[in-house]
Amino acid sequence: MSNYPSELRYAKSHEWLRDDGNGLYTVGITEHAQELLGDLVYVELPEVGAELNAGDSAGVVESVKAASDIYAPVSGEVVAVNETLADAPEKVNKEPFKGGWLFKIKISEEAELDDLLDADGYAEHVDSGE
Amino acid sequence: MGQRTPFYDIHVAAGGKIVDFGGWDMPLHYGSQLEEHHIVRQDAGMFDVSHMTILDVRGPDAKDYLRHLLANDVAKLKEPGKALYSGMLNELGGVVDDLIVYYRNDEYYRVVVNASTRDKDIAWMENQAQGFAVSIEHNRGLAMLAIQGPNARNKVHQVKPQFAAEAEKLGVFYGVELDGWFIARTGYTGEDGYEIMIPLHEIKSFWDGLIAAGVRPCGLGARDTLRLEAGMNLYGSDMDESISPLEANMGWTIAWEPADRDFVGRKALEVEKAEGPKRKLVGLVFTDKGIPRAHMKVVVPGVGEGEITSGTFSPTLQQGIAMARVPCAVGSEVQVEVRGKLLPAKVVKVGFVRNGKSVL
Repeated sequence: MSNYPSELRYAKSHEWLRDDGNGLYTVGITEHAQELLGDLVYVELPEVGAELNAGDSAGVVESVKAASDIYAPVSGEVVAVNETLADAPEKVNKEPFKGGWLFKIKISEEAELDDLLDADGYAEHVDSGE
Repeated sequence: MGQRTPFYDIHVAAGGKIVDFGGWDMPLHYGSQLEEHHIVRQDAGMFDVSHMTILDVRGPDAKDYLRHLLANDVAKLKEPGKALYSGMLNELGGVVDDLIVYYRNDEYYRVVVNASTRDKDIAWMENQAQGFAVSIEHNRGLAMLAIQGPNARNKVHQVKPQFAAEAEKLGVFYGVELDGWFIARTGYTGEDGYEIMIPLHEIKSFWDGLIAAGVRPCGLGARDTLRLEAGMNLYGSDMDESISPLEANMGWTIAWEPADRDFVGRKALEVEKAEGPKRKLVGLVFTDKGIPRAHMKVVVPGVGEGEITSGTFSPTLQQGIAMARVPCAVGSEVQVEVRGKLLPAKVVKVGFVRNGKSVL
């Protein structure tokens, strides 16, 4: 059974979003997502400075078997990426909600937060198997 | 629900992540595909391969029949237990399946074919058997387990000491029947080991014995990365009915001599050989980060294009590796289109890792 921290917001495409204050948010993929993917061996992150719209492809995580897109949960500018993942992509498997974060985004459309799920909503979404 | 092997309940109890694999409910991994891959390279792992099909071919014409059916020549097999790898071709020279045939005697051969092609293979083999005094029986009384890795044989000997003396003598690509079991020194990982056919009522005790001896269960995920590192073809990915063995790095499995042996597909292959095949299967190694996947486009500078047939991240080499079908005029470097970007790759002979070591 996967664990979903209650302080995070979630996208149906299995990214999480943490409020760092001042309009800054950290983005990663959920424990459920990393379990589905299996052992990650490569992570391609967006460029710092990139302007993303909600739903845009923001990078790729690759397991031994397959590549999967990561999507921007909200619109904004990428202000930082987790460079440690270049040499240690397995961090995403081991600590999906902590050391395995992917990038930080400065949100441009606060209202988009309302489109995301809370932990219970995300758990239901996962259980529904969508 | 898909088809299940006799090991299904054991996989579930062992924590196997079960996925649909060509209509079969099979374990993808038991927690970590990477760890399972490494355990086979460094120690010993086991794979359920009972979804593969064991066919017993018997009859006075068994030998003549297989000499007609297969591109390789079973007349090379003279010692009981000796195995041969071959393509089974259609009239156009395409690969209906690849298989292993074990020699028992001139009137009895055991043939192991792929799971995904079972029905097609049996229908094809029966169709080709017309005019031959031969029977083809699907042997459902045996399950099949591959135990692979540098310590695999020793661990099997510990679990089945009554088989150890005979098994230790087995040469590579030989098998022996002992007490209703069939132990073959074959595999699909590039490591030493066995593929063992087991009477159904003994699978649980054998599995438990192997676990106690420190053999780790491995899923089909690791089986695929191991076979790709070893440069071994996967049916349906690296070749199929539209591909000739000459284009699939299987030229060595065609027995051209004696010239009067008229096997299925021979005429088409002779035409292709005379004209020269247009494409060939090569190995690719990524020099940058990035992972090649099946069907990605390969750009061969100044020559044309090809396609990746199998690609993955190599857990042993820690870089992207692939098999690709490319124009024969390929040089030493190509580019692979990965999500819109062209990444450089070195062209190498197929086969990247053998006995735990890089062969690049």
